[in-house]
Amino acid sequence: MPGLEDLYREIILDHYRTPRNRGELESPPAIRADGHNPLCGDEITVYLALDGTGDDAVVSDIKIGGQGCSISQSSASMMTQAMLGKPVGEVRALARRFKTMMGIEVDDEQQSDADIALGDLEALQGVVKFPVRIKCAVLSWNTLLQALDTP
Amino acid sequence: MMLESATIDWATIADEFPILSREIDGARLVYLDSGNTAQKPRRVIDAMSDFMRKSYAPINRSSYRIAGEATDAYESARAAVARLINAPAADEVVFTKNATEALNLVAQSWGRANLDSGDVVVLTEMEHHANIVPWHMLAAERGIELRWIRLTPDGQLDLTDLDNLLDGAKVLSFTAMSNVLGTLTPVSLLCERAHAAGALAVVDACQYVPHNVTDVQAWGADLVAFSSHKMCGPSGIGMLWGRMEILDAMPPFLGGGNMIDTVTFDGFTTAPVPAKFEAGTPPLVEAVGLGAAVEFLEDIGMAAIRQHEMVLTRYALDTLNERFGDDITIYGPDNVEVRGGVISFSFRDLHPHDVSQVLDERNVCVRAGHHCAKPLMKVLGVNATTRASVYLYNDNSDIDALADGLDGATDIFGF
Repeated sequence: MPGLEDLYREIILDHYRTPRNRGELESPPAIRADGHNPLCGDEITVYLALDGTGDDAVVSDIKIGGQGCSISQSSASMMTQAMLGKPVGEVRALARRFKTMMGIEVDDEQQSDADIALGDLEALQGVVKFPVRIKCAVLSWNTLLQALDTP
Repeated sequence: MMLESATIDWATIADEFPILSREIDGARLVYLDSGNTAQKPRRVIDAMSDFMRKSYAPINRSSYRIAGEATDAYESARAAVARLINAPAADEVVFTKNATEALNLVAQSWGRANLDSGDVVVLTEMEHHANIVPWHMLAAERGIELRWIRLTPDGQLDLTDLDNLLDGAKVLSFTAMSNVLGTLTPVSLLCERAHAAGALAVVDACQYVPHNVTDVQAWGADLVAFSSHKMCGPSGIGMLWGRMEILDAMPPFLGGGNMIDTVTFDGFTTAPVPAKFEAGTPPLVEAVGLGAAVEFLEDIGMAAIRQHEMVLTRYALDTLNERFGDDITIYGPDNVEVRGGVISFSFRDLHPHDVSQVLDERNVCVRAGHHCAKPLMKVLGVNATTRASVYLYNDNSDIDALADGLDGATDIFGF
């Protein structure tokens, strides 16, 4: 059996105790998306401010609201750090890369995704050994994608 | 009442449950999730296996001998259930897929026949989704009004406004024991007040029947839903008990084989209760297992089981409060006279998912989440809780393992 140290890595606990980019953005102009995990009742809100249009638009600000477990909260926190300042095209690519690491099949996976560096997010790799928790780790990511797809 | 459980050697009860001797990573299984689903004794497993090996056949339709044996086995399970809840007649027990289906049957059959726009159904804030969503569905379909009995701060029903809530109501549907708070509700009183207001009294007894002496006649209830898998029987079968004149007047729920008297090109007539509500091949292996589960529980005695759980629940509440003080918030009443062995809590600032993950490392199985009671979570002001629930096979050592596991959570998350 995988040990809890595979799951609760120090960097994960750090982001859980001190979440980055918590808060709200005025919406509109920011895009707001709500996600929830029907199994556990976790709720998350992603506020996304974009500068520009289309795939070239850049994430100028991102904030996270809601409640969740250490895995969903730390994943959201690390996600916001990784996304700030990135163009939407790269945001989508990173989301694909992350979900693939979580063992989730991604429809639009591209060859180049494999080369994307995950940085701190690599720490969440251990979650794959605890299948029930994968939903926790990807909750904020799916909510972010939902925000991007908001017309 | 003296809080001690004598005469039964509880230490040997767990030996009857093969899964409880399983070890994972060299440690024993500590199963504290019986409010979710109960483990199965050897007697149930063997009864189902023997039935499939020796007597498995269709029921109610074939004349060969093993078909007769199968029919007898199925009907004797119905008789056992009737005995367990002191139903006046076995034919008042309808087998369903689970308690959820039983409650949907009530809403779809009785509800559609008797409720129209503006009619009032009264529920409580501590209901399981199974006793909320079927009524929401009916509300969406025909505009019935839902009213809610609120809770007292310690998680009991606040009955001060009951007469107003019941004024003009057609149904009062409520749990006999909360699956989150453990609260035992005053069932007889509620049935009486419902009837005084001219309302049907529907009881969700899913958490109650497996752990208490049940007497549906003493309750004065009209319809009672409960399930097999929470009382040591198999999953896949549930029950609706109802007073015969009520069941008799209700239209059928699902249509198909077994539920008909005759079928023509122009229509059909229904079979008598209970067949009227049992369309298609029923869960007959499961019924046999359920019958064995009822006999197993009867041999120990429901009063003795309740007594054992009261002692254990008292020990759990005291142990958790003494060891963790302000770091733990336990929901529901503290008095074990009015609560069963379901203990939901918040632990420090930890999310229940993280608590249950750490407990799982020690093979302590608890439930984390909203327990299919999201409206109640809102009342409690939380998104989720951790829930430990006990049954006849648990003892103090299981509670100690839970408390030790919570200490482990403290270590990992560094409080």
